[in-house]
Amino acid sequence: MNAAIEAEGLRKSYSDHHALNGVNLSVAAGTVLGVLGPNGAGKTTTVRILATLARPDSGRAVVAGHDVLREPREVRRRIGLAGQYAAVDEQLTGRENLVLLGTLLRLGKQGARDRAAELLARFELTDAADRLTRTYSGGMRRRLDLAACLVSSPPVVFLDEPTTGLDPSSRATLWRMIRDQVASGVTVLLTTQYLEEADVLADRIAVVDHGVVIAEGTPDELKRKVGAEWLEVTVAHGRDLSAAASALSCVAAMPPREAAGGKSFSVRLPDGMGAVATAATALETAGIEIAGFALRRPSLDDVFLHLTGQEHS
Amino acid sequence: MNGVLVDTTALIGRHLLHLRRTPTRILGVTLTPLTMVLVLGYMLNKAISVRGGDYLGYMMAGVGAQVALACVGSIAIGTATSLRNGLVDRFRSLPTSRGAILVAHTVSDLGLAAIGICIASIVGALLGWRPDTGVLSIAAGFGLLLLFTYVMLWFGLLLGLSVRSPEALGALSGLVLVCGSFLSNAFVPLDGLPGWLRVVAEWNPISAVSSACRQLWGGPMSASTGSVVSEHPLPAALVMLAVIAAVTVPLSCRAYHAAEPR
Ligand SMILES: Nc1ncnc2c1ncn2[C@@H]1O[C@H](COP(=O)(O)OP(=O)(O)O)[C@@H](O)[C@H]1O
Ligand SMILES: [Mg+2]
Repeated sequence: MNAAIEAEGLRKSYSDHHALNGVNLSVAAGTVLGVLGPNGAGKTTTVRILATLARPDSGRAVVAGHDVLREPREVRRRIGLAGQYAAVDEQLTGRENLVLLGTLLRLGKQGARDRAAELLARFELTDAADRLTRTYSGGMRRRLDLAACLVSSPPVVFLDEPTTGLDPSSRATLWRMIRDQVASGVTVLLTTQYLEEADVLADRIAVVDHGVVIAEGTPDELKRKVGAEWLEVTVAHGRDLSAAASALSCVAAMPPREAAGGKSFSVRLPDGMGAVATAATALETAGIEIAGFALRRPSLDDVFLHLTGQEHS
Repeated sequence: MNGVLVDTTALIGRHLLHLRRTPTRILGVTLTPLTMVLVLGYMLNKAISVRGGDYLGYMMAGVGAQVALACVGSIAIGTATSLRNGLVDRFRSLPTSRGAILVAHTVSDLGLAAIGICIASIVGALLGWRPDTGVLSIAAGFGLLLLFTYVMLWFGLLLGLSVRSPEALGALSGLVLVCGSFLSNAFVPLDGLPGWLRVVAEWNPISAVSSACRQLWGGPMSASTGSVVSEHPLPAALVMLAVIAAVTVPLSCRAYHAAEPR
């Protein structure tokens, strides 16, 4: 396997606080790794080390074939970075932002202009191209930021929380655009606090917490790790809740878990459709009026709860 | 080498666009010195007397130095702000020479300062300031002021990279402006200062630069105390500026390389 990003034992401390405690990552060329973790997990620190902006206290990282510590310039030639805050120059227009970057990336005067026009069109910013970016919405800024990190068509791209703080529709637009980029064979490392985002965009997910990778795999593998399917049962009347739960305790693999609201609970079922049928029959026999009966695959929220023992907020 | 030039030019272009969009920045570095010209040079000109000439001729050097001091706060706040919003990270992640980024920033702010010094000098000339030492000498005085400004800009860069908080820098830049202007002979001869303060003010580089400018422009001088700085202000100023640059330039570059947004 040809890894475009490889990190081994990255550690970094700020005064007495350990931001990274030995991060290991490997991203195959042309794939997307989602680094998923709560606030303060060490996502930004990892990205900044891989993008040559910070030095690790120890550990080793190779990006696009070059060591980040020994050949930072070579690495910088091959990466695009969209940091946690949309880094656009507010006093320039969208077009001026991109042309400046194109010039700095040695595309030449005309080359920089052509590339800017192309990216503005691709990110649906042509109409706003000649407005100061100060007047852009959050979603437009993010799109420009994404365009900015693609000016030189880098083979490796880092996106640090690309949709944090956006409304759902801007987020969906950005997801679509990120997916279009990925289709062109770029290697992407993106960080996110949204489980859904990692699920939608990433080929593999690394879950980080307290500066270490606590789990790694495809979204499906992670879900499987947490266990089989959950049955979510909602009763019509709150008073039937405990009766329903005890009716199902014979088929459940684990004690039922009550959800907030007092009318629903979920049980972990053993594999196979037979269990679902048995459960339905058990409720039927007990004569309980059921408002909802749904089979749910574990979400990444469950993955997180399972791995860290903490609710993910 | 050619590439560094392309980068620097492109980045200077960026700062010039900023200046075109917020021309009030010129006001920011010109307002205080201009007020000094009008209040001290016009309203109080006759009230303040200096040995061997007109007070306006004495203070114009100080006004020039004050433009440089106003630039310190301006560049420091600009740097701290771009550190905060992630722009510094974007530029640092490019294969661009990092020197080009800092040189472009300081050179464009030097242009801003030059505009400020021009405005203050024209107003001074309207009020009757007439340096009469010949074109070369007068130009050398302005050259020294620009050199001083350039060194102060690197100092401001370092300040911005170390302090980080635009709010704190706002307060600090006021302090730099006032302390620099009045703990030196920029506006008031040092004769009246108490002993120890006088020594401090005398060795203040701003005093050396102001005195050297007065010498080059033929203005009235502060009384000499016999110390090296007051006897030979021009060489003293050049040595001091070289020392400050030798400290601030490498420190700023290092701070920029290691900058962590917070
Ligand atoms: N420049 C810094 N100085 C001190 N502490 C920092 C700095 N940057 C990050 N940290 C700390 O390191 C930890 C990891 O931070 P970060 O990588 O930003 O997490 P994330 O991006 O996952 O939210 C946090 O506890 C944070 O407070
Ligand atoms: Mg972060």
